[in-house]
Amino acid sequence: MKEFAIILISAVLVNNYVLSKFLGICPFLGVSKKLDSAFGMSVAVTFVMALATAATWPIYMYILVPKDLSYLQTIVFILIIAALVQFIEIALKKYIPSLHAALGIYLPLITTNCAVLGVTILNLDEGYNFVESMVNSIGSGLGFMLAMVLFSGVRSRVDASTDKIPKAYQGIPITLTAAAICSVSFMGFTGIVDGLFH
Amino acid sequence: MSNPKTNYLKVLTNGILKENPTLVLILGTCPTLAVTTMAVNGIGMGVAAMAVLIGSNIVISLLKKIIPDSVRIPCYIVVIAAFVTIVQFLVKAYVPVLDSALGVYLPLIVVNCIILGRAEMFANKNNVVASALDGVGMGIGFTIALFCMGTIRELAGNGTWMSGAAWLGIANGINLHWDSPIIVFLLAPGGFLVFGFLIAAVNYLTKGKAIKKKEFGCAGCLAASACSAAQKGGCNE
Repeated sequence: MKEFAIILISAVLVNNYVLSKFLGICPFLGVSKKLDSAFGMSVAVTFVMALATAATWPIYMYILVPKDLSYLQTIVFILIIAALVQFIEIALKKYIPSLHAALGIYLPLITTNCAVLGVTILNLDEGYNFVESMVNSIGSGLGFMLAMVLFSGVRSRVDASTDKIPKAYQGIPITLTAAAICSVSFMGFTGIVDGLFH
Repeated sequence: MSNPKTNYLKVLTNGILKENPTLVLILGTCPTLAVTTMAVNGIGMGVAAMAVLIGSNIVISLLKKIIPDSVRIPCYIVVIAAFVTIVQFLVKAYVPVLDSALGVYLPLIVVNCIILGRAEMFANKNNVVASALDGVGMGIGFTIALFCMGTIRELAGNGTWMSGAAWLGIANGINLHWDSPIIVFLLAPGGFLVFGFLIAAVNYLTKGKAIKKKEFGCAGCLAASACSAAQKGGCNE
């Protein structure tokens, strides 16, 4: 249990995917203008991350490794993720239209989200077993959600004061600076795992 | 347009300055922020991405009449992933130092928006020579941007420049022997901060002419054609 708690806390707080690993920056900056779209996007990302790990981990371990095909990792993983996203979209549209209405618009963006491919590769690099991989994926997704939701609040304040910002600094530069300050606050969690569990 | 030679020159230089993929189009932000703790890593990432970009642009341009329109994005992804795998193995074999420095960001070139974006916006509309030149130009633009980021972050955060560049034939680089470098530049916040300031500097120097994309809209997104939200005007509308 302790193992899982360590993985979960470090994925959500210490090694936050957006603010310390720089994965999934495009949606972080692009879809964080409104709280509800930020939340919807991160729910969709968490969902796809968990399913992508559930699909790629067994395929890598039980098909690619025994057949000595592990060099195909990148190609196979991106195809699995692309197919999975497409499948989820079709399935949601057919069976749970209300969820499709809420999440459907974010799904096509997720295929090329580096956080999803990143988590599947990092799980294998870290040598996690299947359960640990799932915990890490869900934790990473929750960390993504935390960063998105927090940042959408910061973002609305920044956008409200646009006219006070020098012209060259408006838009993307001020958004990135705000992200830097958010990232500083997440540095405060460094060492929390050691403090809690050792 | 009347003279094909000037046309090709324009294609080549477009990516370097006017439409710099990183600093003007704001694409490929993840590797830009992640690997630029050292100038030499910026060059390595830029060159790796350029190799993939040139290869994928050429192949996609050659196959543009064969690939059915409705499944073009998955086809592009397969082509790009194949080139990424090739580059990954070349780097692993010949520059293992760079492989460990870039880590997971090397396979993640597959999902770099610059490469898929150029396939969608340029290679499937233009001939092979123009597509290859576009790949070279965009690759150089990306490399320059990463090199600038890496230079600022390495100098401020570590007091060195071009250290660890033995594989490029540079012995030791420059060491300023700072007593207390500003380590935050090497950490995550420094990446966001330097990137923000660089974009602001480009905006200022070009007197706002370079501000093509004031906001992160759907216009530059490669998934826009497949995305139902983009057709309605974006997720923020």
